[in-house]
Amino acid sequence: MVPASYYLALSAMLFCIGVAGFLIRRNIITIFMSIELMLNAVNLTFVTFSYQWHALSGQIFVFFVMVVAAAEAAVGLAIIIAVFRTRETLNVDQVNLLKL
Amino acid sequence: MNLRLWLIPLLPLLGGIINGLFGRLFSKRVVTAVALASTAAAFAMALYVAANFASMPADQIPHAETLSFPWISITGFEVDFAFFLDQLSLIMLLVVTGVGFLIHIYSAGYMADEEGYYRFFSYLNLFMFFMLTLVLAANYLLMFVGWEGVGLASYLLIGFYFQKQSAANAGKKAFITNRIGDFAFLLGMFLLIKTFGSVDYLQVFHQVSAMGVEHAHAGILTWTALLMMIGATGKSAQIPLYVWLPDAMEGPTPVSALIHAATMVTAGIYMVARSSAIFDRAPIALTVVAILGALTAFFAATIGLVQTDIKRVLAYSTISQLGYMFMACGVAAYSAAIFHLMTHAFFKALLFLAAGSVIHALGGEQDMRNMGGLKDAIPYTFWTMAIATLAISGIPPLAGFFSKDEILWQAFSSKPTGWIFWLIGLITAGMTAFYMFRLLFMTFFGERRAPQYADTHQGHAAAAGHGHKPGHGVHESPWIMLGPLVILAFLSVAGGWVGVPKALGGQNHFEQFLAPVFEQYAPHDERRLAEAEAGVVGPAANRNEPVPENPESATELIMTGVSVLVALTGAFFAWLFYYKRPELPQRIVQHARGLYTTLLNKYYVDEFYGATLTQPIMRGATDVLWRGVDVGIIDASVNEAATASQEVSRGVRRMQSGNLRSYAGWVAFGAALVIGYMIWTGIR
Repeated sequence: MVPASYYLALSAMLFCIGVAGFLIRRNIITIFMSIELMLNAVNLTFVTFSYQWHALSGQIFVFFVMVVAAAEAAVGLAIIIAVFRTRETLNVDQVNLLKL
Repeated sequence: MNLRLWLIPLLPLLGGIINGLFGRLFSKRVVTAVALASTAAAFAMALYVAANFASMPADQIPHAETLSFPWISITGFEVDFAFFLDQLSLIMLLVVTGVGFLIHIYSAGYMADEEGYYRFFSYLNLFMFFMLTLVLAANYLLMFVGWEGVGLASYLLIGFYFQKQSAANAGKKAFITNRIGDFAFLLGMFLLIKTFGSVDYLQVFHQVSAMGVEHAHAGILTWTALLMMIGATGKSAQIPLYVWLPDAMEGPTPVSALIHAATMVTAGIYMVARSSAIFDRAPIALTVVAILGALTAFFAATIGLVQTDIKRVLAYSTISQLGYMFMACGVAAYSAAIFHLMTHAFFKALLFLAAGSVIHALGGEQDMRNMGGLKDAIPYTFWTMAIATLAISGIPPLAGFFSKDEILWQAFSSKPTGWIFWLIGLITAGMTAFYMFRLLFMTFFGERRAPQYADTHQGHAAAAGHGHKPGHGVHESPWIMLGPLVILAFLSVAGGWVGVPKALGGQNHFEQFLAPVFEQYAPHDERRLAEAEAGVVGPAANRNEPVPENPESATELIMTGVSVLVALTGAFFAWLFYYKRPELPQRIVQHARGLYTTLLNKYYVDEFYGATLTQPIMRGATDVLWRGVDVGIIDASVNEAATASQEVSRGVRRMQSGNLRSYAGWVAFGAALVIGYMIWTGIR
């Protein structure tokens, strides 16, 4: 049986990749995918602990996260398309009307 | 008996409101009709009240009427909208409504070509409302409402030609100077409330009459009286607050006649007379009143000797005559003061209206040096003005003679030092006759010093405020103006006959009529005792008037003769200087140049006040209050707060960069901090 720490380490690595991608990349689509990555890293942690402690609540929570992620994907992609139509770019550094 | 006294002030108020709100839409005819009708209605009401008053039983006087709703009602202190009628109020009521109505008629002619015709009549009616409130009020607080209100109306009317800087300034000067006096009046009223818990005349006087005379010490009554006296010096233009009245001549001439000669300026006299119960018990305050009055009478008369503006001569004359009334109050001869107040209202209103007629005839000229020889051009104005001049100079048997003589005699017979007041009054009477005849001769006799009035001179007329159609030449005023002059001339002749003293074979009805007002609360002390010894009995008997068999009667006759003689001497010198030998004044001026310039500059009182009061206050207000407190502290603290928050937000707003990735960076940074903290605490 694979120890839980392996799963947790993988989860942490995936989360860090997500954070790094979120911070470094400028393309909105990529940032969006980084967010999904972070969410799934968290999901993995939930499932790991749920399995280890034989508690179902963690698994239930994963479904909630998935639902939210799906909804977020729908709304987020719609926003991205709207932004692209008006500004013809996906570079977040150019979507900065609020700046000083 | 319900006389509906409240209607009397209300009628002019209605007229004033109608003209003030809608006068712009009305034609001049309608404005005139509204203004005159409301004043005439008030006058008619006053006559109706007087007729009822005559048949009123003596025990129902004073007659008080209270409106059914209270004004101020707190525990232990109540003030009502109460109106009050006794002999004193009745005389004031008749003078104010009667003279006021005549001047309204005159104004309709005088102001006919003016801008803001409706505004003028609206203000004038407003003045009538407040003045009638003042004289009819049954308590000091309601009187104060009228008192402040007439000040407001006076301000509005002095500044009637508000486009003119000098008129606007004169209005402000009058208002601010009056405010000083009003403040003292208010303090006096507070003392009354504190001492007696009431401002109602009857309640206050009732409690006062239980108190003794403050002979040697200055108690509560003396301070109250002194504060009220300061209030009166403001309104009645006495030293030291008289300076606003000459400047008030910037207003239209009917206003000078009504407000600044006949009615409003007598409010102070009325107030002192009304408060006789208090003043009688404060001999120190009475002495101060007498001294101030005598000084004012004297100094104002000396200034009047050399002024060249026709209205300013009359203004100083008014101050001087008010000084007489003040002096009479100061020697506790209140009915003599009110008598002079009444006759003065007649002849001074007439003088101002006649002067207005002269100014009208000359298209706005006010400088007497540019007049002369108008006797035949404007005969009605000349004759009425001559009658008024005789009256004010104290030539028998005109009105001014009886009232002035009464004051002089009362002053003489008042106290051990009364002869000083008599002497000052006598000299003033001589000067009065001099400057009034000087005015008459300079205006109406001699040659025409201004031939240009035969032709057009529109520029001057516009500058003097009273414009008139050019190409008119010197002309007599229309009858709407001459009518009031004639009526007032008649009153100036006959107005004094109601108070012929016993020494001259009269009955002095006027004093007997007023006696109950001043007798009722008079202190029961030496004066009463002295009268009892002299054989005078009954409250209706004259207080200071000797019985005919008294040897003092002969003295009074001699005094009368002396004062008439002095008046004639003054008139003679005026005739000599300004008619017979017009070059003489110049030579005298050259010999006494210092005195002349001092008088011409009114003793530099305005300059003195400017240097000692106005300038320091202005400088203090500018440097300390404005630049120091307002700009330096209040504005600065507000501005500093704004600047500081701007600085802070300039730093903080960097967080809200609008850059999505920097937000994410901040979030990651925060999360890292939290995790680092948790790890750190976990390791320990």
